[in-house]
Amino acid sequence: MIKYLKKNQIKIAPFFFLAPSIILFVLYVIYPIIDSIWVSFHSWNGMDRGLLGLSGELKNWKWVGLDNYKELIFDDYTFPINLLNNLKWLVLSLLVIPIGLGLAIFLNQNIREMKFIKPLFFFPFVINLVVVSLIFTWFYMPKYGILDLIFRFFGLEPIAFLAEETLATYAIIFAFFWPAIAYTMIIYLTGLTNVNTEVVEAGRIDGASGISMFWNVILPQLRPATFIATVVTVVGALRSFDMVAIMTKGGPWGSTSVLAYKMYEEALFSYRMGYGSAIATILFLIMDIYIVWFLYRLFQNEKSEK
Amino acid sequence: MGGKMKIFSFVVVLTTLFTSFVSLAGTLVINSNQSDPRANEVMHAYIKAFDEAHPDINVVVNDFDTEEYKVAIRNFLQADPPDIAIWFAGNRMKFFVDQGLFEDVSDVWESAGFNDSMSATKGALTVDGKQYGVPYGYYQWGVYYRKDIFDDLGLNEPRNWEEFKWVCAMLKKNGVTPVTIGTRYLWTAAGWFDYMNMRVNGYQFHMDLMNGDASYEDPRLDDVFDKWAELLNAGYFLENHAALSWQEAITPMINGEAAMYLMGNFMVPFFEDAGMVDKVDYFQFPRIYKGVGMAEDAPTDTFHIPSGAKNKEDARKFLAFLANPEEAFKLASGNGVLTPNGNAKAPSDRFQAQGFKVLSSASDIAQFYDRDTHPDMHADGMPGLQEFMVKPNRIGAIRSRLDKTRKRVFSKN
Repeated sequence: MIKYLKKNQIKIAPFFFLAPSIILFVLYVIYPIIDSIWVSFHSWNGMDRGLLGLSGELKNWKWVGLDNYKELIFDDYTFPINLLNNLKWLVLSLLVIPIGLGLAIFLNQNIREMKFIKPLFFFPFVINLVVVSLIFTWFYMPKYGILDLIFRFFGLEPIAFLAEETLATYAIIFAFFWPAIAYTMIIYLTGLTNVNTEVVEAGRIDGASGISMFWNVILPQLRPATFIATVVTVVGALRSFDMVAIMTKGGPWGSTSVLAYKMYEEALFSYRMGYGSAIATILFLIMDIYIVWFLYRLFQNEKSEK
Repeated sequence: MGGKMKIFSFVVVLTTLFTSFVSLAGTLVINSNQSDPRANEVMHAYIKAFDEAHPDINVVVNDFDTEEYKVAIRNFLQADPPDIAIWFAGNRMKFFVDQGLFEDVSDVWESAGFNDSMSATKGALTVDGKQYGVPYGYYQWGVYYRKDIFDDLGLNEPRNWEEFKWVCAMLKKNGVTPVTIGTRYLWTAAGWFDYMNMRVNGYQFHMDLMNGDASYEDPRLDDVFDKWAELLNAGYFLENHAALSWQEAITPMINGEAAMYLMGNFMVPFFEDAGMVDKVDYFQFPRIYKGVGMAEDAPTDTFHIPSGAKNKEDARKFLAFLANPEEAFKLASGNGVLTPNGNAKAPSDRFQAQGFKVLSSASDIAQFYDRDTHPDMHADGMPGLQEFMVKPNRIGAIRSRLDKTRKRVFSKN
């Protein structure tokens, strides 16, 4: 045995080194995903799965097939609202990327004063999302919030953004912009330091300047940064659970709820683990489709470059 | 989600294995949700008094955050049951009784004399004729109002619906918002619904609705929503309440911009902290129809023995300790609530004394919307009520939606 191990050391060693992370990954990521999908085909209230009822049937755990999905898609009036809100998050959050890029380019100037200004722009990224949500809740607060004061200063009728069903989601997304822009900006700032000056010089000799220089020389070199910024922003937007939970609790009357928040409510507060898992599975599929599409495009691009 | 739960329970089991080595015979483990500093202090003082009365018992208290506790209890009752768990009476308790997770403690009710001394709250602790816990505190709901504003305008505490509407109209006319409310956390709207329905249709119909036996489209509810909509359409409620938490909605009342707030007695410390409690007084939610009993919301906090408890003998002693009227009184009044123990002295605090009077003469005691009905039902019900408060004309659609939920939750077609 030991002889065999010694002989094949190089082949076997990597598995030993990988084992801890593989075990943890399987236990905490793969297994919960599979179990969630399995749960989504059941009606389960989150209590002991094996508990027997009076007539010997399983009391808390019942196979319902696709019923959870059927109810969610055809019967649940909140599902389209949640999905639409997710879509709003997804589309609007993409605005973060050009804004972050713009700020990064602005801050990337070699002026001495920039050293003092830069940290101010990093600041929102350092704050926890929970705190950001609280700050913006106060910012929007009717009557006593700053926004209300600003509206009244200009003689406008104040709007209680978080109390309006049509506006509340946009108000939360706007709050999400603050830390998200800071994040993409940081990614682009590091990306900009890696821009190859020789290529820029070559471009200048060839007569590129201004927009054409930016579009044809700088931006392609920032592609890795764009990739990370997009993935992180979009995944963050699809999760977007914490801000909704703190700023509106999904309200007014569920109009700002997103799938992640609905999943949390159904599973933990309505005692419907099966239904919550069905929502989780759908959300998982949406993210998967998006990420696969994104990776596909990325590989295509890289192929065409080669 | 389910997977995470399972792993969580696994971790809990591991930690139990560890702790069970250190726990000796005569150890009583109590899981408490009393995380507010004041409530926590009072609970610990009570437990200390018990410990002194029973020097042979070694008491261990695990403190949880109040909100976290609501989720954690489902895990620890199964994976790592303490000897005593704090929880709520009514439907919240019934859920665990149905799961076989709470111990029948009817014998303690018998031996400690609770059947007599706590008869007022007995119903809320009873399932199929057996008691599954002992109440240690309950508190009144009602209308808290700015007495100084009422006095300035020459208004009195309204005794019936017509007077209540008159008071609202007068306040509104004088530029004061009659009723403040913050519905971001939804349940405040349910408080209004409970009272409107109990005053119009009485306790029994309200309970039928909570238990899923009556329909949200029942014509008897028309009157409830009509009367409520009348107040809403007259602009008697604070604007933009959907954006405010219940605490934030106290500010207009402290500033004198609003005059009344339908709330539980736990709100009083906020007025004390603002240094204006002298300007605040309380009245019972006014009568709407003669002949309808004056039922009250009085959420009840309780002690339970989990079925899996290791030291049930000492846990029973802990429950029976509530028969001590002085300690029962201290535990309740320290939290600003009332003790269900009828042998205790009447509270001296002005709000508690009024609550005591109202609850002793109440026709029936309800627990509150989100404790009386199924969790799955109130998850849809409370947003519906909030929506109604902002868009009263959507009531038809809201009610048919809620009834659909009711049919699904209670499996009645």
